[in-house]
Amino acid sequence: MTHITVTVDGTKYSDEVEPRTLLVHYLREQVGKTGTVVGCDTSNCGACTVHLNGRSVKSCSVLAVQADGADVSTIEGLSTNGELHPMQLAFHENHALQCGFCTPGMIMQSIDLLNENPHPTEHEVRDGLEGNLCRCTGYQNIVKAVLAAAGATDSEATR
Amino acid sequence: MTVTEDRPATEFGSPRLRKEDAHLVTGRTRWTDNISLPGMLHLAMVRSPMAHAKIRSVDTDAAKQGSGVIAAFTGADLADDHAGLPNAWPVTPEQKAPEHKAIAVDTVNFAGEIVAVVVARSAAEARDAAELVDVEYDDLPVVLDLNDAAADKEVVYPDLGTNVSAVWTFDSGEAGTGGDVEEAISGAELVIKRTYRQQRLIPAFIEPRSTVVDPTGEQTTVWSATQIPHILRLMLALTCNISESKLRVVAPDVGGGFGGKLQVTPEEVTTLLVARRLGKPCKYTETRSESLMAAHHGRDQIQKLTLAANRDGTVTGLKVELLADMGAYLGLVTSGVPILGAFMYNAIYKFPAYHFTCTNVFTNKAWTDAYRGAGRPEATYAIERLMDELAAELDVDPIEIRERNWIKHEEFPFTTVAGLEYDSGNYEAATEKAKQLFGYDDLRAEQQRRRDGNDPVQLGIGTSTFTEMCGLAPSRVLGSLSYGAGGWEHASVRMLASGKVEVVTGSSAHGQGHETAWSQIVADRLGVPFDDIEILHGDTQVSARGLDTYGSRSLTVGGMAVLAAADKVIDKAKVIAAHLLEASADDIEFASGRFTVRGTDSSIGLGDISLATFAAHNLPDGVEASLDADATFDPVNFSFPHGTHLCAVEVDTETGVVELRKYVCVDDVGTVVNPLIVEGQVHGGVAQGIAQALFEEAVYDESGTLVTGSFVDYLVPSAADLISITTDRTESQSTTNELGVKGVGEAGTIASTPAVVNAVVDALRPLGINDIQMPCSPSRVWKTIRAATSSASARTDGGAA
Repeated sequence: MTHITVTVDGTKYSDEVEPRTLLVHYLREQVGKTGTVVGCDTSNCGACTVHLNGRSVKSCSVLAVQADGADVSTIEGLSTNGELHPMQLAFHENHALQCGFCTPGMIMQSIDLLNENPHPTEHEVRDGLEGNLCRCTGYQNIVKAVLAAAGATDSEATR
Repeated sequence: MTVTEDRPATEFGSPRLRKEDAHLVTGRTRWTDNISLPGMLHLAMVRSPMAHAKIRSVDTDAAKQGSGVIAAFTGADLADDHAGLPNAWPVTPEQKAPEHKAIAVDTVNFAGEIVAVVVARSAAEARDAAELVDVEYDDLPVVLDLNDAAADKEVVYPDLGTNVSAVWTFDSGEAGTGGDVEEAISGAELVIKRTYRQQRLIPAFIEPRSTVVDPTGEQTTVWSATQIPHILRLMLALTCNISESKLRVVAPDVGGGFGGKLQVTPEEVTTLLVARRLGKPCKYTETRSESLMAAHHGRDQIQKLTLAANRDGTVTGLKVELLADMGAYLGLVTSGVPILGAFMYNAIYKFPAYHFTCTNVFTNKAWTDAYRGAGRPEATYAIERLMDELAAELDVDPIEIRERNWIKHEEFPFTTVAGLEYDSGNYEAATEKAKQLFGYDDLRAEQQRRRDGNDPVQLGIGTSTFTEMCGLAPSRVLGSLSYGAGGWEHASVRMLASGKVEVVTGSSAHGQGHETAWSQIVADRLGVPFDDIEILHGDTQVSARGLDTYGSRSLTVGGMAVLAAADKVIDKAKVIAAHLLEASADDIEFASGRFTVRGTDSSIGLGDISLATFAAHNLPDGVEASLDADATFDPVNFSFPHGTHLCAVEVDTETGVVELRKYVCVDDVGTVVNPLIVEGQVHGGVAQGIAQALFEEAVYDESGTLVTGSFVDYLVPSAADLISITTDRTESQSTTNELGVKGVGEAGTIASTPAVVNAVVDALRPLGINDIQMPCSPSRVWKTIRAATSSASARTDGGAA
């Protein structure tokens, strides 16, 4: 067992973990962050995407011990004081989810995408979400939501 | 108290944002795998790497010594605890089916079949120990090729004596719905014969299947990522010899199904049996690789087709000879899936003669069963490809050839050659709208320019004018098809003392948006605010009766049950309203949530009646203190959505790469409750149909190992693989249900596959190509082009010599 200290959604956790424990299993099983989910075992689906020190990672391809001392944010830490994050709101308003299983990862990846490129084209959004699979929506409304969120961010920035 | 303020004049038809999103976008989710119970144990399955083998021995001794391991069981250990897994659809009285135990006992019949289960205190420990189970196998001949299997070259089940499970036939001459197809073929001016391959697909829901069983207490609770909690409860009770009343099944948040979670699975049965053996809560969650290997697959048919036509383009007969791969076992509705297609090969057309034969065949592959569309995409693909072939043969525009054969809007209701009565539709209107949105004539002109200029990137245009049978299903029809259950749906409306409303539906959603759509229906009917309505489903303790979600049935059948229950509430409330308003019930009118004495301003709201009923201080004599009502709705007919889908692709003849250029679809799904949700269903459905056309195939190697056993190799398309499509609608209301709705869950998937492949073939037809097997991957397209051009040059060379 290895001792790690990780900040998850603003709260600091100190835990003993097996060195082989994946970050996603640590988050789900030890921290109780079940909002982050596992959809595959080959890092293809992106359902487990979280932010590690502000950048999106697939938490199935990071060991918990690699997150020692790091700051992790998950879908559960996005809204503040009951206010949805603009990306969460954009997904809701654009009907960008159906079953919702890919949604946590999709939203985390979309936020990272806009952090990198605040004014993406549709093509850039599609490329930027290539590592996240959705089986329900055909991606059309997801792409629309990300573009809408980019617009919202833009108008907020000019306020 | 008034309950009618702050609501739009009508919810029905408005693009309400979904109420179920709130917990899904914030991660406050209840997936089965999230469940953790005190003392819960974890299961790991040991699966066969062999496709067909005798099990010589299974040694679990080392596994039982593993860290944290509580127990391990073989097939023999649990064989007596349950009957075989159920097949609810014996399509013929003679249907042959092997016994299917949850864990294989002495023979494995596909790679991925469970041979042992290990139970440990953590999932990781269970998986570690599963590696220690030692299984010895003796190879048996592997049956993989569908044609060879049908010819019984080797048999999967020697005891059955054949690989043929059943042969099912429909003949319009015999049924009295049309003429004799052989006469039509022999007398035809033109006969087109084709053989198409419906490749094997995997539903690939994004939430892996998971089951938690809590055997503590007097009633055993099963949580499962399933589409069918009610059917699952009945089947588990029957299979595992448990009183149905002692079982509660819950489908909590379920992450997609697409037919793939319409099953009673070996994993569910195993988890239940182990939990009962050990008396402790148990959880099993599959890995993606296990899911791809062992959750049921879809499609996998060979379609031999003969179309007879006149030179004027009128089709005179269609003969369909189908081989359908069951895989190794018959699941819940495995054998019925191709039969659902039997009624759809004639599609929107007025064919005078039709014959359909389906041969259901066993192989040593994963079992097949329902996958989005189930039988109908295969049928639609075949006929829509054939109509393009007919058009090409006669050098007529593909839309024109369809128009010469389709049912005109004034001809409804129309009884088809397959014996179904189509209630309504307007193929002309949907097609005209789609052509306009698509810019059909301009794209045809561009196509001609590229052909004339020998552009290495050719443009292809594909058409699909589909219909489908939805709203499964009238119970009597299911009975006539030997299906083991009915097709009704149940609902309850519960009026709470505070005026809030609980609606219980037997239709269990897993992404379809029932909570929102059902709320809209009830809000309008009862005049109650949308937000005051709570939709409850997916728990047999709450929703006691139901037949669940599949076959685009939820709204057409379940929505009608909700409407009927709401009407009963109004009827009950009216009696109490009359009493409280001191009027005759005959003089009471109900509108927008208020009961009014006709011709007066004396009125009372439904919420006030709810409270008065709860208090029960002043009810009429003999009237019970409850407004709650139940209703069961059994449809009188299927519903028949239709639409016209047009696709343009660019095919690079030098690389074989197919790029989607434009996709337009105009769907007619009858009345629309929520256009946002309908559009979303079409988007997702079209994407899955495109995936069959271009990307996905479950591939086995010669030893029967699934090569596409992870998302690295099974190509579920990503956002980068698809384009934004244009959707629109026409609206021909269904005349067989009061809502006028038709269903939309499978429409896109059924329509889009032939539209895309027709486009690919259209791009390459000048090269002498008239078919490309799906998926139209770059390598397959390139090889087809190479073969066509080299044979053309060989012909030229031969002529020169």
